[in-house]
Amino acid sequence: MTSPTNKLTERKDEKIIMDAGDISRAMMRIAHEIVERNKGVKDLTLVGIRTGGVHLAHRLVKRIQSIEGVSVPIGELDITLYRDDLALRKDQPILRKTSVPFDMTNKVVVLVDDVLFTGRTIRAAMDSLMDLGRPEEIQLAVLVDRGHRQLPIKANYIGKNLPTSRDEQAQVLLEENGEDDRVVILKA
Amino acid sequence: MSILIKGGRVLDPDRFVGIADVLIDHGKIAALGQNLSAPLEARTIHASGKLVMPGFVDLHVHFREPGFEYKETIQSGSAAAVAGGFTTVCCMPNTNPVNDNQAVTEFMLERSRLAGLANVLPIGAITKGSEGKELAEIGDLRRSGCVAISDDGKPVMNSLVMRRAMEYALAFDLTVVDHCEDVHLAEGGCMNEGLISTELGLPGIPSAAEDVMVARNLSLSELTGARLHLAHISTAGSVRMVREAKRRGIHVTAEACPHHFMLTEELVRGYNTHAKMNPPLRTWADVQAIKEGLRDGTIDVIATDHAPHATQEKQQDFTEAPFGIVGLETALPLTLGLVEEGVLSLEQAVQKLTSAPATAFGLNKGTLAVGADADVVIVDQQEQWEVDPTKFRSKSRNTPFAGWKVKGRVNVTIVGGRVVFETDVAER
Amino acid sequence: MSLKRKDLLSLASLSTDEIMLILETTDSFKEVTGREIKKVPALRGKTVVNLFFEPSTRTRTSFELAAKRLSADVINFSPSASSVVKGETLLDTARNIEAMQADIIVLRHSSAGAAETLAHGVKSSVINAGDGWHEHPTQALLDLYTIRQRGMNFRGLRVAIVGDVSHSRVARSNIYALVKLGAEVRLVGPPTMMPWGVEKLGAKVCYDMDEGLRDVNVIMMLRLQLERQGRALFPTIREYSRLYGLTADRVRIADTGVIVMHPGPINRGVEIAPEVADSLSSVILDQVANGVAVRMGILYLMSGANS
Repeated sequence: MTSPTNKLTERKDEKIIMDAGDISRAMMRIAHEIVERNKGVKDLTLVGIRTGGVHLAHRLVKRIQSIEGVSVPIGELDITLYRDDLALRKDQPILRKTSVPFDMTNKVVVLVDDVLFTGRTIRAAMDSLMDLGRPEEIQLAVLVDRGHRQLPIKANYIGKNLPTSRDEQAQVLLEENGEDDRVVILKA
Repeated sequence: MSILIKGGRVLDPDRFVGIADVLIDHGKIAALGQNLSAPLEARTIHASGKLVMPGFVDLHVHFREPGFEYKETIQSGSAAAVAGGFTTVCCMPNTNPVNDNQAVTEFMLERSRLAGLANVLPIGAITKGSEGKELAEIGDLRRSGCVAISDDGKPVMNSLVMRRAMEYALAFDLTVVDHCEDVHLAEGGCMNEGLISTELGLPGIPSAAEDVMVARNLSLSELTGARLHLAHISTAGSVRMVREAKRRGIHVTAEACPHHFMLTEELVRGYNTHAKMNPPLRTWADVQAIKEGLRDGTIDVIATDHAPHATQEKQQDFTEAPFGIVGLETALPLTLGLVEEGVLSLEQAVQKLTSAPATAFGLNKGTLAVGADADVVIVDQQEQWEVDPTKFRSKSRNTPFAGWKVKGRVNVTIVGGRVVFETDVAER
Repeated sequence: MSLKRKDLLSLASLSTDEIMLILETTDSFKEVTGREIKKVPALRGKTVVNLFFEPSTRTRTSFELAAKRLSADVINFSPSASSVVKGETLLDTARNIEAMQADIIVLRHSSAGAAETLAHGVKSSVINAGDGWHEHPTQALLDLYTIRQRGMNFRGLRVAIVGDVSHSRVARSNIYALVKLGAEVRLVGPPTMMPWGVEKLGAKVCYDMDEGLRDVNVIMMLRLQLERQGRALFPTIREYSRLYGLTADRVRIADTGVIVMHPGPINRGVEIAPEVADSLSSVILDQVANGVAVRMGILYLMSGANS
């Protein structure tokens, strides 16, 4: 969950990396790249990773519809149960709903997330997808890739490459959560 | 060997209260008065600021020997008794074998002699094997040294058997002691029946299980004229009935245990097995009634129902764990608590630990009269201490009072003119 | 909001927020149990021990399935059937099990308070799967989940619990939870089956079944322990069944949308008529299905690292 706006704007060390316009243009470009790479939208599906990825996936569905005139199926994924740090945590995270209301067999699934960092979330998301069905192919779209990968994972579609140091925090703030659209870096 | 106890505040209930010296000689109280001089070779104990009282008499202990020596022996139980100021204790017959015959009684007396600490007086069984069917050889038991009869823990349910026991006991001037509990009403119960048993899902023992048997026993005592002693009464109903019975002249005495005037059923919460006893801890209203009964003399005697159980037995889950707690080493400060609280005068409290129990069983104990057995206890009424079960002389540690900060401690215990217990304080 | 407790011992000790958290978490597992592959890796590497001192195939199986669907290792241990030496206390048994590095112990025991006693003695998390007449929290939670699944709101909900409340851990857990959640709870049965002062827990007692069922939204039938016949709780099964058995006619006294619940196993024709057990208002099988999801939710919430 993103923190409320006022809390963030108060912080002196917040640095805006992308504004609403930047995000909108990046999403449009990614939509075009997805359609181009998959030669249309036949067999194309989108699955957003909770919570930021879900909002972005919905935006991509709209963009793709404006390009191709077709609404592609969309799913929502909560990867909590597949996290690799569950056994280490004292309090278990709140579970949210997973809903992939279509059969993924022989489909292309574009996983959508807001920030790509260590790659652990994407690993969990892929395992989760595999339990839900057998997609023909999984691709990955992210708004921000901030590096520091701990697993051999690479995004197919990237809104912006953002070099960061490990102790920085990158956040994607979206209208859907009552924020002004922006991507920021917070110093730890 | 003589002992001179100098300068203590002597408290001999119904007889003498004041600063005085006590001289003990040849196992008897030799003199009581001002400025007594010690004979040659006498040991002098300075007791100024201390209470000097007759040794306490406990009508209700379980020393577990023979049969359950892992819980307590007559040796360890006697050591606990004298550490708690008790010089005379009456042992319930629920040993294995049951003390329903001369051999067991003699065995217990012999063990007591070997221990050489407290006067251990056996209580014989009412019925063979305490099975409630056939009378035990009560005459024989009396002759070999039993001071009362009881089927404690296994109440005599058959009223005809109880009637005959009371009648028969008259011939030997024996007090009949009953643990009043209707075993059918109490069946399976392990705590007081009430809101807490409902909440905890534990089978309850209703007050009525005690009350109906108190009523029956009072009726039978009235019918037979027998001397009846009611063990550990715990309910407001029992107190009310005993009060009324005494007014009508029935030969009844009653005892209460410290846990029944200090604790309520609330203590069971958390399934605390040290709060599991029989009769169970009752409600606040019952505790108030017990205190009122002690105050107005309805309840004559304070007894401990000292019931040792091994740690592993009390570690079982609540329904499996045995009933009972040890009490000999905590009874004095808890009783003095009633004095602090203003329920009893100090003299009344001491009386309920000394002369009253002696009278209930017709024992020649509990007094500092010249010529009486020199059973004496010297107590520091002000000393504060914390109850630490690991320091108990008893073999068992099952007490709900662990960690309690209490006031009043035994400094010296003398039995038959011999110092059998003393703390470092008394040495100085 | 998270479940910040080592053990789940009773519903009396849970807050309404905690109860609701468990029910909401169950939604996620309901989705998982609806999948083709009904297994998630959440409890990989964790060990769950089902320690059942009382035989109970259904509760044990439900916990076993729940743990397995979370990828935990499951050990079933029934001391009555195994070689527990008499004299070994519950705590000894449990410490032995703990030494096998159990993360969660699910305990069923015939003594009230056994779970609490155990929880104080071991570092593992303890889940009470029924202790004597005291509580059966996971059963009540699945009952609550089943009610909520039907779109019913707890506040103002009228619930009749019918039968031997006195000896029922299911009833106690449900009373605690439903009263907390704002439901109106009516206990229906003869006075011999009502524990002392139970009204003080916030429930109403009705000796007359027709009166007790009037306008209720939920009827929870309790299993009649047939062996209690002749133990002075009720004269005969025949009379009990006439006075407190749930028949189709009696269901009609309740609210039209009433649901009928039973923790099982049912005595057909004793406390519940077969046509009622098999009717559309019966949610007995939903309860069983929800049991696995609820227990997955609880195991998940309890599986955090122990400090």
